[in-house]
Amino acid sequence: MVTRELARLCMRLCVWIASAGLLMCPSTALAQAPDSAQALRAEIDQLKRDFEAIKQQYGDRLSALEAKLGAAPGSAAAAAPPPSAPALPAPAGTESGTSPQVLGASIANAKVFNPDMAVIGDFLGAAGTNHVQPDPFGPGTHPNALQLHESEAAFQAVVDPYARADFFMSFGEEGVGVEEGFITFTSLPGGLLTRVGKMRAAFGKVNSLHNHVLPWTDRPLVIGHLVGGEDGINDAGVSVARLIPNPWIFLEAMGQVFRGDSGVDPNGHPLFQTTRRRELSYVGHLRGYRDITENANIDLGLSYSRGHNGLSDGNLADPGSLVTQLYGIDATYRWKPLQRSIYTSFVGRAEWIWSRRDQPTGLQSGSGMYLSGDYQFARRWFAGARYDRSDRPDDASALDTGGSFVITYWPSEFSQVRTQYRRTNYALGPSANELLFQVQFSIGAHGAHPF
Amino acid sequence: MTITKRVAGVMAAAMLTWIPTSAQSKLNVITATEDLASIAREVGGDRITVESLAKGYQDPHFVEAKPSFILKLQKADVLIAVGRDLEIGWLPPLIQQSRNAKVQVGAKGYLDASLGASILEIPSGNITRAMGDVHPLGNPHYWMDPENGKRIAKEIADKLSELRPADSAFFQQQLASFTTRLDAAEKRWLAQMAPYKGTKVVTYHRSFPNFAERFGLDIIGYIEPRPGIPPTPQHTLDLINEMKRQNVKLVLVEPYFDMKTPLAIGRDTGAQVLVLPPSVGGVKEVTDYFKLFDYDINLLIDAIKKSRAT
Repeated sequence: MVTRELARLCMRLCVWIASAGLLMCPSTALAQAPDSAQALRAEIDQLKRDFEAIKQQYGDRLSALEAKLGAAPGSAAAAAPPPSAPALPAPAGTESGTSPQVLGASIANAKVFNPDMAVIGDFLGAAGTNHVQPDPFGPGTHPNALQLHESEAAFQAVVDPYARADFFMSFGEEGVGVEEGFITFTSLPGGLLTRVGKMRAAFGKVNSLHNHVLPWTDRPLVIGHLVGGEDGINDAGVSVARLIPNPWIFLEAMGQVFRGDSGVDPNGHPLFQTTRRRELSYVGHLRGYRDITENANIDLGLSYSRGHNGLSDGNLADPGSLVTQLYGIDATYRWKPLQRSIYTSFVGRAEWIWSRRDQPTGLQSGSGMYLSGDYQFARRWFAGARYDRSDRPDDASALDTGGSFVITYWPSEFSQVRTQYRRTNYALGPSANELLFQVQFSIGAHGAHPF
Repeated sequence: MTITKRVAGVMAAAMLTWIPTSAQSKLNVITATEDLASIAREVGGDRITVESLAKGYQDPHFVEAKPSFILKLQKADVLIAVGRDLEIGWLPPLIQQSRNAKVQVGAKGYLDASLGASILEIPSGNITRAMGDVHPLGNPHYWMDPENGKRIAKEIADKLSELRPADSAFFQQQLASFTTRLDAAEKRWLAQMAPYKGTKVVTYHRSFPNFAERFGLDIIGYIEPRPGIPPTPQHTLDLINEMKRQNVKLVLVEPYFDMKTPLAIGRDTGAQVLVLPPSVGGVKEVTDYFKLFDYDINLLIDAIKKSRAT
């Protein structure tokens, strides 16, 4: 429809140009009569001015239409303007529509209510041998030298004036799953930020992050051993977060309740598993943040989680399952000089995790941690290192340790190539030396930069 | 329950329910950039408080969504954004976590300052990321034209009047005063730049199309091969050849870009390399919207004179 209108406009413009041309030809011929020459010149000038004005007017209308046309196919990429505001020409009381020069209204388009869509591909490769954990990125036994590990499709939009929704579907090699799908109520009274749906729990730092924003190809050893691995604590439930006002720091308290099914440990056993409806799992998180200078800041967190682990509690009358409790401390230090922020930065991260897992054979109290640093040394280059150590969840006397070096290259904001050397010393098997590769790419809407 | 436990309980409950009372008489305005803050300050006068999230010397595309900004947004009555996807990487998550219904996109306290402005470089036809990090809604650096400055000021005055009808006359009067002063200054700037109309320049990023159009600069190329893509050797070589062919003697660089490539281009072509702030706060001396143009125009004219003298 817009194309037809554009064509009509073009035709009208042509007619104007043609008629203006016709008008001008006879007048130049007549201009030979000396006495009326000046009057004619004035007339011609007037005509020229009229023509220019009309050309200007049509030019503006044409470019507005072109912008409309141009915006239509790319509208999915226009992630920022959530539908409600920019679609309207201007808020009441303004006059942005009256001046022909003003193009403010040109961003309206038909697909404006579609959610912002993006697909992120995560391709992984592995070389070297690992006898203890043959799958380089999970607890499975398949060697998986090359894999399209995950394709994440994101759909995000504002629901209504009170909420927005985010869906992240993860297409793995075995099937499709909802990685996250939740509604966020952005304007509840009392400053409560509430989420309902399936989501990654706010236990520590790494558990809440999607694969594509991690600074490594894998997740730290302690996450795989004690916090449920790649999927981690990720479950259906309700999350409520509130800022605790104080004059010194950003302080946020978060409480989450989940169904109670999450994660996989290195033996393939679930981290949390329910056998009864009342066996819910809980996560509590307290986050403190403070700017040290305008270039540096520190982010600290305390986490607690409790859930049932699916191991029988031996109660024959009312069979239920035993409990696993997790405690965590996380710390992140970021440095990024504002004026050169796109060229250099440093992020140091550490998490300590303690696990108390009730088993039919008795309580296993294990712990683990990782410490990592990532330095950006050029606009597109990052180098990082990570130290890992963790007890095994079912046998806290077995301590695995490891370390990694990572190099990442970003061709653009929308793709990255990464190599990681990883060494793992297993308590119960031979050490593994592995070289891991990753190519990540994203198409569609421009998402938020990770922080 | 012991008394201490009760007291602790009451204190905890009080902490959880206590909402900071930001209902002072002044409207609390938060802007995305310092340019908008400066214009808002002109319009709002002493009836508002203004603070910008981004600093003028940082790349406005790549501001970090720090939690400390969430605290600022939480207490804001008005949020003024540049729009046109400039803040797409950082403002949406901040708004989302602000817990402030007033500044959600589409709410009364949210103002997209671009809605009344004249926007250049709105892409037509099929756009893909092969063109780099293109902005489908047009070039977001539109404040670099005083005509747009007036339009932004009008949008802000109308928004403030809408939120504080009692102060409407004051805001409109401030707007009129700002517009008059800006008109006068613009006339002066145009007169200063008139002799140098058509001067050919190269810029790093596409930050100056509105400025160039208003003040008669001819931008013949960019150091970035495509928006948001860092310079490549081949593109730099092509640019140097083009600059030599067209005898371009000025390279303009935003304060947040690396100087290595621009300086190399300058050495090779004999062009002067200027760090030209596209924002208030881009350099120390530029403390408001008027000084932004004063500074940039003086810097340009000095450089052009120097290049003509040699």
